[in-house]
Amino acid sequence: MIPLSYYLVLAALVFCIGLFGALVRKNAVLVLLSLELMLNAIVLNLIAFSNFATPVTIKGQIFSLFVMVIAASEIGLGLAIVLFLYRKRATIEMDKFTELKG
Amino acid sequence: MFELTLIMLALPLSAFVVLLLGGKIIPPKKSPFVAITAMAISTVLAWALLIAVILGKEFERHFTWFDVGGQIVHLGVILDPLAAGMLLVVTMVALLVQIYSLGYMHGEKRMNWYYAALSLFTFAMLGVVVSSSLIQLLVFWELVGLCSYFLIGFWYEREDASRAAKKAFLTTRTGDVGFLVGAILFFTVLGTFHIPTLYERAASINPNLLAVMVLLLFAGAVGKSAQLPLHVWLPDAMAGPTPVSALIHAATMVAAGVYLVARTYPLFEMAPVALEVVAYVGAFTAFFAATIALVQVDIKKILAYSTVSQLGYMMVGLGVGSLATGMFHLTTHAAFKALLFLTAGSVIHSLHTQDIREMGRLYPKMKVTAITTIIGGLALAGVPPFAGFWSKDEILLEAAHNHFTLIYYLALITAGLTAFYIFRLIFLTFFGDEEVEAHESPPVMTVPLIVLAVVSIFIGFLNSPFLNNAFGHFLGEKEALKPDLSIMATSVFVAFAGIFVAYRSYYFQPGKKSRLNSLLSKRILAEKYWINQAYLRTFGFVADFLRHVAYNKYFVDEFYQLVIVRPVHYFADLLYLFDLKVIDGLVNSIGWATLSVAYSVGGFDVAVIDRAIDHFGKGALGVSKIMGGFDVEIDKISVSMGRGAVGVSKVMGGADSKADKATEGLGWTNLRLGWLARGFDLGVVDGAVNGVSLLIAGIGKRLRRIQSGYLQDYPLIMFLTVLTLIIVVIFLGKK
Repeated sequence: MIPLSYYLVLAALVFCIGLFGALVRKNAVLVLLSLELMLNAIVLNLIAFSNFATPVTIKGQIFSLFVMVIAASEIGLGLAIVLFLYRKRATIEMDKFTELKG
Repeated sequence: MFELTLIMLALPLSAFVVLLLGGKIIPPKKSPFVAITAMAISTVLAWALLIAVILGKEFERHFTWFDVGGQIVHLGVILDPLAAGMLLVVTMVALLVQIYSLGYMHGEKRMNWYYAALSLFTFAMLGVVVSSSLIQLLVFWELVGLCSYFLIGFWYEREDASRAAKKAFLTTRTGDVGFLVGAILFFTVLGTFHIPTLYERAASINPNLLAVMVLLLFAGAVGKSAQLPLHVWLPDAMAGPTPVSALIHAATMVAAGVYLVARTYPLFEMAPVALEVVAYVGAFTAFFAATIALVQVDIKKILAYSTVSQLGYMMVGLGVGSLATGMFHLTTHAAFKALLFLTAGSVIHSLHTQDIREMGRLYPKMKVTAITTIIGGLALAGVPPFAGFWSKDEILLEAAHNHFTLIYYLALITAGLTAFYIFRLIFLTFFGDEEVEAHESPPVMTVPLIVLAVVSIFIGFLNSPFLNNAFGHFLGEKEALKPDLSIMATSVFVAFAGIFVAYRSYYFQPGKKSRLNSLLSKRILAEKYWINQAYLRTFGFVADFLRHVAYNKYFVDEFYQLVIVRPVHYFADLLYLFDLKVIDGLVNSIGWATLSVAYSVGGFDVAVIDRAIDHFGKGALGVSKIMGGFDVEIDKISVSMGRGAVGVSKVMGGADSKADKATEGLGWTNLRLGWLARGFDLGVVDGAVNGVSLLIAGIGKRLRRIQSGYLQDYPLIMFLTVLTLIIVVIFLGKK
């Protein structure tokens, strides 16, 4: 049996990789990918905790499945937006979109 | 044994990892050798494993992958004769193709990626072969599909390549849905994914249900092995590099579907209806694809349709015959079709065209390629003693023996068509009339050709009566059918007939006009056979029509375009309009509503409230005027009163002047206090208010700078805030 902390450390690492990617990547698709990484790190946490707290029931796993489905639809939406941005601007470089400038 | 199998699997995977991670460190010239070394060791191990299995050391080992609420999902490794044989086919072809690619892909950028993807593919394919759990098999199966996608789209700058990659992925995925549903059904009904356990338990369920379940698995095989009606992706997949076509789209991946049926063959045997479906799908695919291959002009397209056709043959072998029949044809086909693709690659490498009309007299310039192609062609055509003869003959034999008359004749006609189209290709490419610039390929390409050619000559004997049907016995076949000389003679006759027609139509002899594509042309028929002109006109029209239809692949792609792709597009457009008009409309109208409410409130303000205030002001003015008049009267009274008072005051004057001074002093004091209060008000109270607003304005100005407009700064700020909060909580929480 792998101790809980291993899962948590792995999840934290994955989360940090995702965070780093989301903050520094300039390609919008890669930013979306990084967001997914972060999300999956959280899901991993959920499963690890569930397995640790209630090993017999599989609530955490089922819950994670729901999260994954939501994440899939969310990434679909995100990609659609990226596609649309690409059609409008012919670029998906994050730095090219500065309309929010105050 | 178990460890050896795992090592054999791990080697290509580690080559993939090394090439992927070391992509920038390993110079592109060295990267192929990483992959080839790993592959060579794997191949040696595959030989060792095969020998071990021949010595009777087969094994199956499985363990729990995960346990969900008491439902155990297994992972497992199986090494039985079927797997061991297939392992050798995969590793051998993969090794030869990787060596060949050294020459073919010479000077290509992204060499690292090419070899990485090839290694990953080999790993996935080996994984499919040794899986003993349906779900694990499915995972590797999808990985195989993914690698196929990568490699078809290897030249992704080209529009057709990236389109073909997508098409291949989506089409095979259509079948994979069936596979997934089938696997899940097996798990729900029989409670396990473990294939050997499935064999045991399947006997207890309704054969009709079992037939549905295995046919769902077969749907996956139809997608992967390019059977009707999901064959459309394979010809397009030829947009990938030719060695990839040889490895993936001829010898191994497309055979994965056949292998899946073979792996679950006991289940199919329990549902004979399903086996019949397999046989008929295979037979129609074989015939249909062969007719398309007759008229294509792209050398790789011809071979692609040939592959589809031969895969159909394998399915027929499984459907009408036995496991060994289908697998035997798979094995021989892997050898000679890989050979044919690699020779085609050699020609393409030299000429930079794939159109056989632009090729010509290549034979004198490319002797090795030409001779190996002819060997491959003879093997494909089923001329004894080459490989294809034995395996094809066995399929025909089984079909005849088990009274599948329609399938037998379809297969027989297909054999003739096969011989025709492959020799049409050979004659046009190597014995045409045009002199073209060409050169023989480097040894690194020709040596794999020679190896495969030798294999193509001899591998057929494995399951021939001369070696006592060793292959069949190895796969557990009890008794092979006795060879039927009449069927053998028929199939050989049909093969030679096909070759002869191709020879008469396409072999160029000096002094004769080129008769390119003229088999069915009216002129030739009229000149040669004196057929009645009117009759001929009809016949010629029909022939032209048939050729047109076959050349356009029976318009299957167009049909799918019409029936599936367009409706989906229309539906998407409809949804887009719905989004634009209804959802966006709703949001926009809420905006408009808010705006118009604001306007009307503004109007109300101007019209009603302001006017009311106005009126109020005017009223107040009137009142004050009246009051003013009243005041004047009072003034008059007070003036007269004042005059009276003056008299009095003069009297009082003396006493008063002292009091006056006191009052004056009081007044001055009052005035000073007033000044003071004003100063306080201006300086302190107003100052405070102004100071606060200045402060806010200043903060605002500075905060504005944070709003850089760069999207990623916002999450960064969020992240820093959360981080600060966490740090604060941690440090304050310590107490």
